[in-house]
Amino acid sequence: MPIEILMPALSPTMTEGNLAAWNVSEGDNVSSGDVICEIETDKATMEVEAVDEGVIGKILVPAGTEAVAVNAAIAVLLEEGEDASALDGYAPSVGGTTPAAALAAEAVAASAPAASATPASAPAPASTGSRIFASPLARRIATDKGLDLTVVSGTGPRGRIVKRDVENAQPGAQKGAAPSVASAHAAPITVDDPVFANMPDFEVVPNSNIRKIIAKRLTESARDVPHFNLTVDVEIDKLLQVRKDINEREGVSYKISVNDFIVKAVAAALVAVPDCNVAYTDNAILRFNKVDVAIAVAIEGGLITPIVKDAANKGLVALSNEVKELAGRARDGKLMPEEFQGGTFTVSNLGMFGVKGFNSIINPPQGGILSVGAGEQRAMVKNGELAIATVVTLTLAVDHRCIDGATGAAFIKELKSLIEAPITMMI
Amino acid sequence: MADTNFDLIVVGGGPGGYVAAIRAAQLKMKVALVEANHLGGICLNWGCIPTKALLRSSEIYHNMQHAKNYGLTVEGLGFDLDAIVKRSRKVSRQLNGGVGHLLKKNKVTVFDGYGKLNGAGKLHVEKDGKGIADLTSKHIILATGARARELPGMEPDGKLIWYYKDALVPDLVPERLLVIGSGAIGIEFASFFHTLGSKTTVVEMVDRIVPAEDAEISDFLLKSLTKDGMEILTSAGVKALKKGKGTVTATLEVGGKTEERVFDRVIVAAGIVGNVENLGLEGTKVKVDRTHIVTNEWLETGEPGVYAIGDVAGAPWLAHKASHEGVLCVEKIAGTKGLHPINPDRIPGCTYCRPQIASVGLTEAQAKDRGLKVKVGRFPFQGNGKAIALGEAEGLIKVLFDDKTGELIGAHMIGAEVTELIQGYGIAMELETTEAELMHTVFAHPTLSEMMHESVLDAFGRAVHF
Repeated sequence: MPIEILMPALSPTMTEGNLAAWNVSEGDNVSSGDVICEIETDKATMEVEAVDEGVIGKILVPAGTEAVAVNAAIAVLLEEGEDASALDGYAPSVGGTTPAAALAAEAVAASAPAASATPASAPAPASTGSRIFASPLARRIATDKGLDLTVVSGTGPRGRIVKRDVENAQPGAQKGAAPSVASAHAAPITVDDPVFANMPDFEVVPNSNIRKIIAKRLTESARDVPHFNLTVDVEIDKLLQVRKDINEREGVSYKISVNDFIVKAVAAALVAVPDCNVAYTDNAILRFNKVDVAIAVAIEGGLITPIVKDAANKGLVALSNEVKELAGRARDGKLMPEEFQGGTFTVSNLGMFGVKGFNSIINPPQGGILSVGAGEQRAMVKNGELAIATVVTLTLAVDHRCIDGATGAAFIKELKSLIEAPITMMI
Repeated sequence: MADTNFDLIVVGGGPGGYVAAIRAAQLKMKVALVEANHLGGICLNWGCIPTKALLRSSEIYHNMQHAKNYGLTVEGLGFDLDAIVKRSRKVSRQLNGGVGHLLKKNKVTVFDGYGKLNGAGKLHVEKDGKGIADLTSKHIILATGARARELPGMEPDGKLIWYYKDALVPDLVPERLLVIGSGAIGIEFASFFHTLGSKTTVVEMVDRIVPAEDAEISDFLLKSLTKDGMEILTSAGVKALKKGKGTVTATLEVGGKTEERVFDRVIVAAGIVGNVENLGLEGTKVKVDRTHIVTNEWLETGEPGVYAIGDVAGAPWLAHKASHEGVLCVEKIAGTKGLHPINPDRIPGCTYCRPQIASVGLTEAQAKDRGLKVKVGRFPFQGNGKAIALGEAEGLIKVLFDDKTGELIGAHMIGAEVTELIQGYGIAMELETTEAELMHTVFAHPTLSEMMHESVLDAFGRAVHF
């Protein structure tokens, strides 16, 4: 019997994706592990490998198709000894209702459990990096309702999600978040809006998935999160000297950037002021035990925020290498979901463009974001005399629901002192 | 002067009260337990445990009677009722002593007397009509249990008309026995005396025996007992009992007709009433409804600081329900986080007649009343190798799943050793398994528990061995 290859779920929240490209054609032999196609999700393009071996009998969803539902059949694989006649009378399954055996494709990004998922199981939560504890019954009810278990709070033993937690939850609900107020807003403007008639001719650039996500999330943040900003100038002459000393050591292959130092300092400052390493929810403020720093990286058509996990416990060299490696893959669109989803705090640096200082919009549910301007020599008054110092302007934006002014100030003061005396970062 | 102020006072030392007291002691509370009769309560002294001891004797007797079936020869088979009863009392005594030891180990102060509320946060303890202590505590748990309902004109006399306490220490095996009521208590005594040779008649008011069980289980038991020679009269009543010399003439009403029948003994097992008298409830906000104290899901009564658990707080009258309520009540008082009220749909129940009955969750009728669409699976003991090898091929396991979610919502069993099987389903329910996990579970062969697997498979049309 021909095996259906299904649209894989590359993250727990993924419901659809774009089929970007086919790497195989009908009639090609494939064996387990061969890359057969590329799927574009919210933020990344991922390669899908074949799980079974056989001959591609038919490609059901052509390359370039948008919004293909998870679990929809995208191709059919003929097993050994079968030929195209096996497809006579074949009708593809539709998303979400296919039998277990048909789940033949598996994303590189998702780990093994996804491949063996039966219709009874929720999508494997592997790509979030942590296991979701939920009873089998809760999982099944959630699947039937289309409910994302990652946003459900468990009330069973040790926070296990049980029947009562999912029975009344609504699909699309956010863990602890305020109810959506979208209906209160004006309808979004579209291409055919008359206002454009009196404007110059234009080229229509369709919104990519990533553009849609940026638009949606940052609109929500700017609208729903009460931001306030704290600005401070930081002298980096000492830091530059330390950086020079480190980078000019003989025989070393690393090159640590000023931004690496700042990321390291942010992590250390958040450890010192844990009340800024938080997320706001309606029932509680979540204070994280580790600092995962997200770093805004510009990529073609948008931006993405790869995450340096547990940055406070990483040395400068390890941190620097990790940032470079993540940023490189981010630009190639090769990040896995768990590498850019999450993070407890973001650093955004526009210094390389000569920007002196700026305000950023928080990436919820994070509690804060630091904007880093250009390092430049400025005239400073020190001890009543004019002096020259290399200065960077840092602007902290925080969510006032969980971080108050004095708390934010404590953080930025700690950050300034760490950067100005970089040796203290080693403590 | 002994200390009289406690963090918690528990009135009643049965399976609800003593477990509550121990749990409270574990939570570092200073606890007093007031018990007038026996530590361990009815369960341990006059209920669950001594009846199991009696029924074990009758079970072995039954097996010996059927020794031939197993290729064995027994000569001079008989029994000594006195020795059977002595063994049963000894078992109770042993456990009663055990409870005393546990309370001592946990530093619970035990007061031997009757407790009575005496104003907010106060309890007066009396022994033989004399006050022996006045205790104070912010929290008082009433765990005074229940007793047999006495029918007017059929009060126990300890001679001809027995209630459970008399039936536990019988002086003879009656030749002709009438049992009024076919709930767990009535049917267990009927089973015991019938096995020992009484010609037994059971009268049940409603249209089926063991009416709390699934109707299919009632039917199965009816057939089994009838085949065994027991007389079962359903939709029937006893209008009057007339005591004679060593016999009782009962006026039975069956199918609209009355008839008089002569019995040597009568056992009355017609329900339970809560022990709510002389507790000082008058003038408090504690509400009593049909002899039971009304509580909310956290076992709190209408009176702040007064709680009620176990039989006195209402059905189901089961020791394990009382213990569980005791623990929940105490943990709530202690402010333990993450507590949830007891889910009555997950309390198992066991009846030790022959064949045994065990169940947990909804009956098929209850599920339909709730508007649930159910998938039903059944598996007979005849299809199980171990059951046949044991010579116990009579029985049935029935399971109910919610058709929509695959939730296991009920399990009903009848047959050998099912009381030891039911907890498998109890755990499955509490862990919220669906049929998928039960199907994936490897059940050991050869065991009776394989029928639990097959019954699940059957609900989805996949039973292998039948």
